Amino acid sequence: MMNLKEWIFTTDHKRVGVLYLIGSMLAFAVAGIMALLMRAELSTIGPTITANPTQYNVWLYTHGAVMILGFQIPALTGFFANYCIPLMIGAKDVAFPRVNALSVWLFYVGVILAVLTFFIPDPPDVMWTGYPPYSTITTGNTAMYSFTVLILGFASIIGGVNFLTTVAYMRAPGIKLNKLNIFVWCTLAAFVLQLIFVPVLGTAVTLISMDKYLGTNFFDPTKGGDVLTYQNLFWFYSHPAVYVIFLPFIGVVYEIIAAHARNMVFNYKMVVYGGVGGIVLLAGEVWVHHLYVSGMADWLRIGQMVTTLMISIPVGLMMIGLIGTLYKGSIAFNTPMLYALGVVFLFLIGGLTGIPLAVPSLTIGVSDTYYVVGHFHYVMAVAGTFAIFGGVYHWFPKMTGRMYNEFWGKLGFWITFVGVNIVFWIMMDIGVEGMPRRYYDYAHFPQFEGAHQWMTVGAAILAVGFAIAVLNWILGAINGEPAGDNPWGSPSLEWTTVSPPPHGNWPSPPSVAEDWHPYGFKKG
Amino acid sequence: MHDKIRRGAAGLAALLLAAPAWAAGAKSEPKVVDPARDWDHLWREVIVDITIIGVLFAIVTAWFIWQARRRPGNEVGASPRLSPASAVGWVVIPIFVFLSIDLYTAANGWVLWNTFRDVPANRLEIKLEAGMYSWDYTYPNGVRTQNQLVVPAGTPVVLRMTSRDTLHSHYIPDFRVKEDSMPGRITYLWFNPTKPGEHVVTCAEYCGVMHGYMAGRIIVKAPEEYAAWMKGEETSLAAASIPAVEPATATKPAKLAAKKT
Ligand code: HEM
Ligand SMILES: [Cu+2]
Ligand SMILES: [Cu+2]
Repeated sequence: MMNLKEWIFTTDHKRVGVLYLIGSMLAFAVAGIMALLMRAELSTIGPTITANPTQYNVWLYTHGAVMILGFQIPALTGFFANYCIPLMIGAKDVAFPRVNALSVWLFYVGVILAVLTFFIPDPPDVMWTGYPPYSTITTGNTAMYSFTVLILGFASIIGGVNFLTTVAYMRAPGIKLNKLNIFVWCTLAAFVLQLIFVPVLGTAVTLISMDKYLGTNFFDPTKGGDVLTYQNLFWFYSHPAVYVIFLPFIGVVYEIIAAHARNMVFNYKMVVYGGVGGIVLLAGEVWVHHLYVSGMADWLRIGQMVTTLMISIPVGLMMIGLIGTLYKGSIAFNTPMLYALGVVFLFLIGGLTGIPLAVPSLTIGVSDTYYVVGHFHYVMAVAGTFAIFGGVYHWFPKMTGRMYNEFWGKLGFWITFVGVNIVFWIMMDIGVEGMPRRYYDYAHFPQFEGAHQWMTVGAAILAVGFAIAVLNWILGAINGEPAGDNPWGSPSLEWTTVSPPPHGNWPSPPSVAEDWHPYGFKKG
Repeated sequence: MHDKIRRGAAGLAALLLAAPAWAAGAKSEPKVVDPARDWDHLWREVIVDITIIGVLFAIVTAWFIWQARRRPGNEVGASPRLSPASAVGWVVIPIFVFLSIDLYTAANGWVLWNTFRDVPANRLEIKLEAGMYSWDYTYPNGVRTQNQLVVPAGTPVVLRMTSRDTLHSHYIPDFRVKEDSMPGRITYLWFNPTKPGEHVVTCAEYCGVMHGYMAGRIIVKAPEEYAAWMKGEETSLAAASIPAVEPATATKPAKLAAKKT
């Protein structure tokens, strides 16, 4: 067995990737346990497992912040990007391997900071959005929030620089831009967004800590500040952040669907230029849809209604590309494929239920209710998590050289799929009827108690499904059947080397034939 | 259906032609409108539309998946090669379809938006100060109430809102309306209580530890009952006497002014 020191000080992109995977899965476990605690608390009106509302608020803060900043973004732009991009473009490693190691260390510092939440006397209770004035007057530790965000943001920025350089300069001979995997395009676009927008988030969270601890007044109107400025800065980053999650996860889904349907991606250029490019162009012009009831100027709300609705165009093109790739394919329903097809349906529900939320006059009714929470779990939280789980299954044979267990893989998928639909469908339903989000208790909405109980049951079910998947990986990595180098029969470059790939990836640098394409599946 | 087309067409025309007029702040004539009912109407319409789109999409996808399952003789995919023209067509046509759905939705949404933002002239103006954790209402005549707003049926009510501490959001699920309040700005919302009854008010913006308990009620009374209730309040206000607020009640005995709170 390899020793621990080798792993900690590794500069091999695959090991850095695996470190990202382990860290983000730990973060998922922590944030997932928070979700279960919240669901347990909400199962009855009045105190259930804690009598202290702040306790609930701390769980909710941790759940939101860690799921997004500690799980999804690092799993997608840390693990998948690291593991797959150099292999997909035929490179020996990334452009700056040591910078890469630094980014994973910073990521661990961020995760540890986030977990320290449970050990400090006044943990942050500001929600993952950290809105002032509350974040500047609470007794909770807002600085902790600011530092966690800054460190994880910085880790991600240096990762971005690294991968843009890698793809620009280190592609194997013959890999032209129109032969990049869709996942590579998606992830590059996500990093472009990170590089542009993370600094804005960094500014926002720094300013609230300055207001709270250093006596500045950026957000205090009695001393010349303005409350809404923070919300604008925050969402100026955090809307693009949903594309930082969406793009890589849909990229993963493209890889899975193409490989398990053994089919050419439908209309590649439409997907890349129309889909990925369109999202990058629109990403920065829609943040006001998070401020539809915040007291923004009316003309801004109306203007961004139009831009927000227009997001349906690139996203729609990407869906057409996915479904076109299924058309006339040769589909094998392996576990990764089940997750990927699950994403198609979950994302369909999540995307369509977002349309009313693009319209300010409809949002005025359902903003800040469980409808919104249900919608974004479908579209981002659950769809993204399914893509991550599917992706881990898909590249599992490459990473370990072994096969997971198909039976348990499929069982885990179905259990989770049933569970998420119970939880998040009911959530949207009671949201429309008026259940507000971020409530420790709902004494004046007794009519929702039954629905809350169903959601708690659903959450327990889906947790079992996720646990089965993780156990399946652990057992498969230890004593799964040997998988061979290319179990899915994919021409994509990562499958042309041995499993697991050695340091440097290929014994001798790969080169590709003139007519090679990552999705050029051949008969025989 | 006719109604729907007319609304859509009117909205689209408004979107394309009347933008300058709207920007200049043109207001519609005062008329009896109920934003909550219009909200229900548009909501149902949009939900029906997305359900149709979603079900069609899901059926087509499920059909493709079933057709393309791997079986003997179908070991490798055979997606059709697109000619350059059809590749472009697969971009341009969906763009037009999506864009027209978007603009149609936007036009309808904008019409409803104007309903929610243009307050009728015959309104009752209430000041609201939100705070951790209560809703404090002040009537034009100086009467104050907490966590309970009594209004006459048939009169539109507008709340001019601010906050003395953190963000709050005055949400009345039955009237489908909310808007945040915050220090340093005045925001507003209005609703039309058409018939007597009671409605829950709840806070929809995380404001602190007791956010989930920040609730109140709106009590809609028949106009006569409201008048009687208001008379009672005025009398007790006068008895408690806050002279500076309302000249009409300032003529009451001056010694009570000391009791000002
Ligand atoms: C899979 C099981 C999950 C369950 C059962 C679950 C459950 C919940 C619940 C009950 C709430 C909010 C309750 C409230 O407003 O009081 C919530 C909020 C949230 N969840 Fe999840 N969740 C899950 C997964 C995820 C994932 C994977 C993400 C990843 C992005 C995520 C991101 C969030 C965010 C950002 C919030 C909002 C936090 C806030 O209001 O500040 N959740 N979740
Ligand atoms: Cu957004
Ligand atoms: Cu509140």
